[in-house]
Amino acid sequence: MTEASNFASSYDLVVIGGGPAGLAAAALASRAGASTVLFDENPDIGGQIYRGITSTPIKSHAVLGEDYWAGAALAAEAKASGALIVTGATVWSLDPSRLVGVSVAGKARMIQAQRVIIATGSLERPFPLPGWTLPGVMTAGAAQTALKAHGLVPDGRVLLAGCGPLLWLLAAQLLRAGTKIEAILDTTPRSNWLRALPHLPDFLLSSYWSKGLALLREVKAKVPVIPIQRLSAHGEGKLQHVEYRSSGKDYRRRVDMLLLHQGVVPNVNLASAAGVAHRWNERQLCLEPVLDVDFGSSVPGIAVAGDGAGIAGGAAAAERGRIAAIAAVHALRPSASVPDPQSVRQRLQREELGRGFLDTLYRPADAFRLPEGETIVCRCEEVTAKQIHDMTAMGCEGPNQMKAFLRCGMGPCQGRLCGLTVTELIAAGRHARPADVGYYRLRPPVKPITLAELASLPISEAERKAVER
Amino acid sequence: MARIADVVVIGGGLHGCSTALHLALRGLKPILVEKDYAGRHASGVNAGGVRQLARDIAEIPLSVSSMAIWEHVEELVGDDCGFASHGTVLVAESEAELADFQARVDDLRLRGFVHEELIDRTELRRLVPAVSDHCPGGVVSRRDGAADPFRTTQAFRKRAIEKGAEVMEGVVVTGLSRVGGQWRVETSGGPIEAPKVVNAAGAWADRIASMLGEPVPLEVIAPMLMVTSRLPAFIEPVVILRGRKLSFKQVSNGTVVIGGGHRAQPFRDQNRTVLDWQKLAVSAATVWELFPVMREATIMRAWAGIEARMPDDLPVIGPSSTSEGIYHQFGFSAHGFQLGPGTGAMMAELVATGATNVPIDGLGIERFAAS
Repeated sequence: MTEASNFASSYDLVVIGGGPAGLAAAALASRAGASTVLFDENPDIGGQIYRGITSTPIKSHAVLGEDYWAGAALAAEAKASGALIVTGATVWSLDPSRLVGVSVAGKARMIQAQRVIIATGSLERPFPLPGWTLPGVMTAGAAQTALKAHGLVPDGRVLLAGCGPLLWLLAAQLLRAGTKIEAILDTTPRSNWLRALPHLPDFLLSSYWSKGLALLREVKAKVPVIPIQRLSAHGEGKLQHVEYRSSGKDYRRRVDMLLLHQGVVPNVNLASAAGVAHRWNERQLCLEPVLDVDFGSSVPGIAVAGDGAGIAGGAAAAERGRIAAIAAVHALRPSASVPDPQSVRQRLQREELGRGFLDTLYRPADAFRLPEGETIVCRCEEVTAKQIHDMTAMGCEGPNQMKAFLRCGMGPCQGRLCGLTVTELIAAGRHARPADVGYYRLRPPVKPITLAELASLPISEAERKAVER
Repeated sequence: MARIADVVVIGGGLHGCSTALHLALRGLKPILVEKDYAGRHASGVNAGGVRQLARDIAEIPLSVSSMAIWEHVEELVGDDCGFASHGTVLVAESEAELADFQARVDDLRLRGFVHEELIDRTELRRLVPAVSDHCPGGVVSRRDGAADPFRTTQAFRKRAIEKGAEVMEGVVVTGLSRVGGQWRVETSGGPIEAPKVVNAAGAWADRIASMLGEPVPLEVIAPMLMVTSRLPAFIEPVVILRGRKLSFKQVSNGTVVIGGGHRAQPFRDQNRTVLDWQKLAVSAATVWELFPVMREATIMRAWAGIEARMPDDLPVIGPSSTSEGIYHQFGFSAHGFQLGPGTGAMMAELVATGATNVPIDGLGIERFAAS
């Protein structure tokens, strides 16, 4: 275990996040001679896609699939590279001078980085439907985490609902692990198929095509798939049944567990708090950082790689990490030997092929992004869609004023669960574009830390005793 | 065609909004111009302390008059602004510090001010049971309290509009010139003409003063604050220290706001601040020592608001020394929130009548004329 007090006060490169992008970046930079530290807040490296890669109790390769096990090579490469890899390390602050605030085992440290690669990946897009806060309703990603890290599978009557490639992957993984899934409620709007058609040729050339088709076949052979247009969860104290509309008819179904998923979006909190410029991606309906060809951001020395730079999946994330690392090494040690960036870019391009089709096809419907009435939007502070709607009607122009009026986004998750919903609700209410409404101004610490941890930061005696007014 | 007003108020912080409201209550037609939105900066994000305690002698009359408004703020603006009056306690950390406080309280008595009251160890424990054992006593101002800063600024803004003020947000002042007997205020939303102008532009007020050939040594500062997750109620009054930088309060939702004046790095042209965690760690260590109950509390957010500080830590209040019809109301040096309601009333009186009943001696801009 690496203690916080053992860190150097500065590193050439600090990599934040131990998923594919972070592992690939740290391995490449360290091998090129840059002093490199990688921080990951989980007990083990791997990120979401390769979660538990060095420790999962699931040993059968078939359950999680060969794409998952590809992460093992990446993890081994990073560990052998000489980079310092610190797990259980929460990065809670990053400022434009690349000072990194990190906590490990209850102790905080500030570390100066010459370059930073943010590889904090993605978050599941919020799925704010009536009853989504009931026990028994969880995100598909949370179920996948339990499966990968602990070999746990849900039992009882299980329903999956939503859309997107990951929904099918999780369904297949759960089925292989022995879960009985009663049905998949498919929220993909039928009209999306038409819009996605122009992207079909690229998709047919991509690796997604054959893999996706095989997944769909595998799942559909075992589970009925019901297209739906509306969904709500109900129960006293815990989930007991769902109600949904399919082809104009309403249904009610008893259920013990509902797993929700409608895609993933970049996790922008750390980059945003560091001052990195972001823009609204109209196709994917989310914020993404503004980056150059090397994944460098608007803040000098800070790059964003992986899905945090825009959703493209695990294999693309690793290539992005390599490109960002090559740029960092060029800046730090111009004479060091690094892989040819052009060949990495070509691999990345191949991996990104087909995203247009998936993004357009699985763009979630308004009904599942723009809640109404008493549906909770901000789970931390229990703010409802109606409150946001009313406050918008009264003239509240943006998410930051909404914070002040409703404490919306002021809880422990710092808006990670409600940010996109709030921006889109205000935009809809004002008949404005989400890009014009803007997003929460994110404040460090981007992850909560305790007062004791903060007080453990080394401070000089002079500062402690300073008599100042 | 220029818009016509009786007074142009520059700046939509609490001070600007309060002045606009009080001008409107006097039957004048003010137009308030704000470059962002009301309460965007220090007025909306400060610690919310409503404090008469430990103020400079020059400010006490304004502070006392302001407190009279705070105690009836709902009658004025139709909202209680979240104001709760549980007192402010200045905690002494040593006998020597307590002796200094005694001298201060005695001095105030001689000047006729009785709001500060020395308390011993027993009374300190009664008011602040969670305070660390090493503290021998302190000073209390029992009518002090705290309010919700953004809500307060919004309430003053809203009532000002109801009473006839016009508020232009997202509008930047680009120039000031004398046209006949009028001031012509150039803005990104078109020109406005008025005989009087109030400069309540906060951290940007020196730029307005410069347009008048009246430079001031204004420092742009960004005092930092932290807030914790919700805790069970354990403290009512606001606690401040003298020897070390700390202001500390638990608000009604259970969260604890920790401030005290450690500063972030401000970038006023970008509306941005960069926090200094080494200094916030000093705040955390101070709280650790003073309130053992807080040690496992979780810090949820830290932030800083951009505002102005003058070299003597006192605001600039009163008529311009170079330009007739211009009035200054800025430079509150990290303690202007409590003064907002009273200073607005005083300023409206000064603008409307040319004189004020509340003394503002020693606060005028002419004190920087030599610099």
